[in-house]
Amino acid sequence: MTGTDVVSSTGALLDALAERENRAALVGYLPVGYPSVPASVDAVRTMVDAGVDVVELGMPYSDPVMDGPVIQRAVEAALARGTRVRDTLLAVEQVAGRGAPILVMTYWNLVLRYGVEAYARDLAAAGGAGLITPDLIPDEAAEWIAASDRHGLDRVFLVAPSSTPERLALTAASSRGFVYAASTMGVTGERSTVGSRAQQLVSDTRAAGARHVCVGLGVSRPEQAAEVGAYADGVIVGSALVRALVDAPDERAGLAALTAVTQSLAAGVRSAR
Amino acid sequence: MSPSSGGRPVPSDAHGPATTGPLSTHQGPYFGQFGGRFVPEALIAALDELDTAYHKAQADPAFGAALAKLHRTYTGRPSPLTEVERFARHVGGGARVFLKREDLNHTGSHKINNVLGQALLVKRMGKTRVIAETGAGQHGVATATAAALMDLECTVYMGEEDTRRQALNVARMRLLGAEVVPVRQGSRTLKDAINEALRDWVTNVETTHYLLGTVTGPHPFPEMVRDFHKIIGEEARAQLFDEIGRLPDAVAACVGGGSNAMGIFNAFLDEPSVRLFGFEAGGHGISSGEHAARFSGGEPGVLQGARSYLLQDDDGQTRPSHSVSAGLDYPSVGPEHAWLHDIGRAEYRPVDDDQAMEAFRLLCRTEGIIPAIESAHALAGALQLGPELGQWGVEEPVLLVNLSGRGDKDVATAGAWFGLLDEEPTVLADQGEQL
Repeated sequence: MTGTDVVSSTGALLDALAERENRAALVGYLPVGYPSVPASVDAVRTMVDAGVDVVELGMPYSDPVMDGPVIQRAVEAALARGTRVRDTLLAVEQVAGRGAPILVMTYWNLVLRYGVEAYARDLAAAGGAGLITPDLIPDEAAEWIAASDRHGLDRVFLVAPSSTPERLALTAASSRGFVYAASTMGVTGERSTVGSRAQQLVSDTRAAGARHVCVGLGVSRPEQAAEVGAYADGVIVGSALVRALVDAPDERAGLAALTAVTQSLAAGVRSAR
Repeated sequence: MSPSSGGRPVPSDAHGPATTGPLSTHQGPYFGQFGGRFVPEALIAALDELDTAYHKAQADPAFGAALAKLHRTYTGRPSPLTEVERFARHVGGGARVFLKREDLNHTGSHKINNVLGQALLVKRMGKTRVIAETGAGQHGVATATAAALMDLECTVYMGEEDTRRQALNVARMRLLGAEVVPVRQGSRTLKDAINEALRDWVTNVETTHYLLGTVTGPHPFPEMVRDFHKIIGEEARAQLFDEIGRLPDAVAACVGGGSNAMGIFNAFLDEPSVRLFGFEAGGHGISSGEHAARFSGGEPGVLQGARSYLLQDDDGQTRPSHSVSAGLDYPSVGPEHAWLHDIGRAEYRPVDDDQAMEAFRLLCRTEGIIPAIESAHALAGALQLGPELGQWGVEEPVLLVNLSGRGDKDVATAGAWFGLLDEEPTVLADQGEQL
């Protein structure tokens, strides 16, 4: 398979949502292994049933430099409970096939250690759609680009408000599925306002050649989802969903809170246009 | 060519181009298969800006003159070269041993060389704030010093445990006007302080420079920090030539991130007759798993911006390191060291806590010099080399050892280690100079 032959199921879903429902997708992040591996699988299924269109499944890592305190604490707890990289692949297998593409969000050393080709093969076999790589830029990604082409996987790289036009073009050309636009300069976490530069960044990234651009960082409330959903192909929410689990007194209450938060965000996305 | 390379080619192949030309002037982003820029895209513009500013400054005589003047009038350079005859008798093999006295620099270690260079760059880039990581405080103190001198806002990230154990260094930094932020995330160690500094940088990159303290991290840090420290080897080479009229047979340095070692190695990289030895922290011994010996107990991987040797588990999660010296207590190592290791130009060996502390005491007793515990690893390394010197075929072997820092900060640790204190020490082991 060559890069140009690969059809992204994520991209196709984003197109379908835009054409049939005139709306952006809700992309929901949860880490594998929090509060336990089986419970995280339940949580992902719950958020998909409650309205998440695309899953960003986090692989816990010891040094998550792009994550704020809420996600840091959850992945620390997941690692302390012994969550392994192979658990992520098992979780992908268990949550795939429900209509929502599963993108694994991973810091690069975990894939490097597993073997880039082996990880791509096993992720594809598990039914995963691809990877979101917060600390891998296209310049360093030759091996991943080749492996993702061979296995028909999405590769979601990031752009930031600081990205130059040249880098937007490079990132747009290197990505498949969508480009992840960081709404603001910073790390993951809930913020009172979504960065004012996000809309401009989406339009610049499209102008640089990206077919789909989703916006993340700092989106936590329905009205923010509506605001971003008006101009982006997808709205990425992480910390607010993780917080629903973290703040709950037990797993059942966590799933109930997760359902409520997801439904309100899904409604926000649907009210955007 | 990537558009992000600041005008210089960046190979898209992560394994980099074949290496040709002199080793001493090798430029990033890649050192063989090591180095690179494994960071969030949000930082790339700042790294490009830094790369461009650095290479412009390098070509500008005014920059070199300003830094040279600071070193002459503020740092106290050139640092002396001291022959240590009584210590050399313990090395044996008829060796002569010379110490490069970075311990006598202002702020007490080699760290100031890099800090002043980067602080001058910050002024040129028009940024107003610097952030830094520190373990037990040496780099933090040096950064706070330069920030005070050059009127920069300064925030230092430090693991919470270290802020407690190194309360005096925290006070030093605060006296100098810096904000010290205790880091409570992860393992609350140096690597977590670096993570927190990176998060701050991603958020505030428009006004803020990350004044990284060693030859690790994303390009251009490994190359730039090496260049700011290569004055160590250049001075030592000239001073040694004045003393004995020849090159040393071996150069020894301790290696945490590896900046003092890179600094003294550089002037000798292209002299094949000079053997280069880097001594890593063996902690409680390699077999104990509690060490910071990346070349003995690590494998290639990516951490905090660069590909290098790394202490990691089967999944690629970072494994905690251990050393009696916090300055060597880091799970990865500069990518240029990884490259020199793989091409066989430098040899890296572990020195455990006990050996380092014995060498620490020996230098105190034989020469009246209290070294940093980090530097004591290099001294212990020189002692280990003693029995091998006979096989080198040199009549009077000359060892050059980088005494990268002084041990004032380690007195409490050493006092506890050797039972010299009359009461329960308030400062425990596992501290010292830091990256």
